[in-house]
Amino acid sequence: MKGDLASGAVLAALGVYIVVQARRWEYLGPDGPGPGFFPVWYGVVMIALALVLMATSAARRATAPTPRATAKLREIGRALAAWGALAVCVGLLKVLGFLLAFALLAFFMTAVMYRRPILPALAVAVGSALGFYLLFPLALGVALPTGLLGF
Amino acid sequence: MDITGGLLQGFAVALTPANLFWCFVGVFLGTVVGVMPGLGPPATIAMLLPLTFQMNPTSAIIMLAGIYYGAKYGGSTTSILLNVPGESASVVTCLDGFAMARRGRAGAALGIAAIASFIAGTVGVVGLMLIAPPLARFALSFSSPEYFALMVLGLAMVVLLAGRSLVKAVLAMLVGLWIAGMGIDLFTSTSRFTFGHSELLDGIDFVVVAIGVFAIGEVLGNMETREGTQMLPVPKGLRNLLPSLEELRACRFAFLNGSVIGFLIGVLPGTGSTIASFMSYGLEKAVSRHPEKFGTGVPEGVAAPEGANNSETGGALVPMLTLGIPGSATTAILLAALILWGFKPGPLMIQENPALFWGLVASMYIGNVLLLVLNIPLIPLFAQILKSPVYVLYSLIFGISIVGVYSVSGSLFDVWMLAGFGLLGYAMRKLDYPAAPLILGLVLGDSMERALRQSLMMSQGDLAILVSRPISAVILGLAAIVLLVPLAKKVGEVRP
Repeated sequence: MKGDLASGAVLAALGVYIVVQARRWEYLGPDGPGPGFFPVWYGVVMIALALVLMATSAARRATAPTPRATAKLREIGRALAAWGALAVCVGLLKVLGFLLAFALLAFFMTAVMYRRPILPALAVAVGSALGFYLLFPLALGVALPTGLLGF
Repeated sequence: MDITGGLLQGFAVALTPANLFWCFVGVFLGTVVGVMPGLGPPATIAMLLPLTFQMNPTSAIIMLAGIYYGAKYGGSTTSILLNVPGESASVVTCLDGFAMARRGRAGAALGIAAIASFIAGTVGVVGLMLIAPPLARFALSFSSPEYFALMVLGLAMVVLLAGRSLVKAVLAMLVGLWIAGMGIDLFTSTSRFTFGHSELLDGIDFVVVAIGVFAIGEVLGNMETREGTQMLPVPKGLRNLLPSLEELRACRFAFLNGSVIGFLIGVLPGTGSTIASFMSYGLEKAVSRHPEKFGTGVPEGVAAPEGANNSETGGALVPMLTLGIPGSATTAILLAALILWGFKPGPLMIQENPALFWGLVASMYIGNVLLLVLNIPLIPLFAQILKSPVYVLYSLIFGISIVGVYSVSGSLFDVWMLAGFGLLGYAMRKLDYPAAPLILGLVLGDSMERALRQSLMMSQGDLAILVSRPISAVILGLAAIVLLVPLAKKVGEVRP
């Protein structure tokens, strides 16, 4: 599968990092295994399996090269756009507070990601933010992140 | 305490107005979640988990368990009406359920699914009630080596069955073990894998990972396309939702088969309701007098898998409550919930918390009745959920996820990690890495490391302790078989 080589490389690198870090901690002490014991073992297994994944992926690629898929790139782009909107919302929590940041996220999701007209998108944004306010801080007493404006 | 006494105590707990209310909320939410393709019980339970911290733990587990088994009822609706399984356990229901719907028997198929779910779900609870207490008593003799061996077996079975690639499943589990190891080591106070962030000294909260990987990851995966699916018309009126006597008679063996297979598969850690439903369907077809008709819309093709995936929930709670070994992502989250509420799932769980255990068992009897009552007449109503706009639903899931994580720690750092784990969950879906082993590695990692280190302290570093004790040797032997059988099969396939 496309991506196995890259994900295998990332996991192999993670395995190396785990083993290198774990080697700094005690492996076996007078009271038994130290904090480095368990990570060394799962780190080593991770490296070995990641290399197996990379090798099988490379072998498969050599026999049957995978075709380019532009449609899939478009799908991934949509998902990453939604994630980007979520990340921006999280970044704005400190400045705008949850209610405003979430209303912006809901507006983006409705108007941009699902191409709804502006008015229904505004209704979704305001309605859902209001719903969160009524349910969490008012009804359940759950605190929401507040921004510079105090809410 | 004997079973009758325990059950009476359980009904006294479950029939209080508050617990009845939470049971209803759980099964209702479960049905809604089951109906909606792309939002599963692990994501829902993970999202709601932080909100249960202010609840009585017994009420909370009654509600969360209600979501778990309620989703199995709802999962059949989309399989039958849309040919899209609401849950992975309902995949096989599509074969005959959708075929029945196309022949104009959608109502009967939905009714059979609800009746099979009720019968098998109840059998599953009876099994849980009869098997869990003696198993817990047997496990009282277990020490650290046996626990370590059990956790190895649990993880071995899960990675075997979690996805198409054994290597990827094990790698996902190892990442879970790594995340579980972050923070201060309880034995030596060494800080591990904290990247210099003081926020990571307490480790990464389970809730952050579970909500990120399941809820955010699922939504991102579902948002790849804008298109919806075409639903077959939902029959209106109770009469149109009831199967005929002939159809019920055809399902007699399927009800029994689903109940027994589902429970037995559920008890084995790592198997899960998808395997249970496929096995039950396979057995039903194998013993049928007309196997060639399976897939063309036979009622027993709906009854067997739907029964099995409901009975499995009772079975899956057995190892979770008595041994502290979860068999699936959902039971892993339920296990984490019990730990977060201050319980120690394991052999002493029932003995030390009889009100919680028996209250849960009794609530499951009540919940199954509620689900039958809710599902048959209200199927047309639940089906309307499928017409609700997804952009509202997905925005709400993002919002609930943020609030859920923030409510646990009050930390925006955790909310950033939520976004990060959401991206990880999406990447795992795209790259075909199963999420369940990661969650199980995360839940079991800490206890597994502790059990291993305690075992080696007992033996002064001699690994032979793990195989010199009979019970742990048998369990590790089983784990080795589970891991070696598929490897041997692969080698056999490669040879000409």
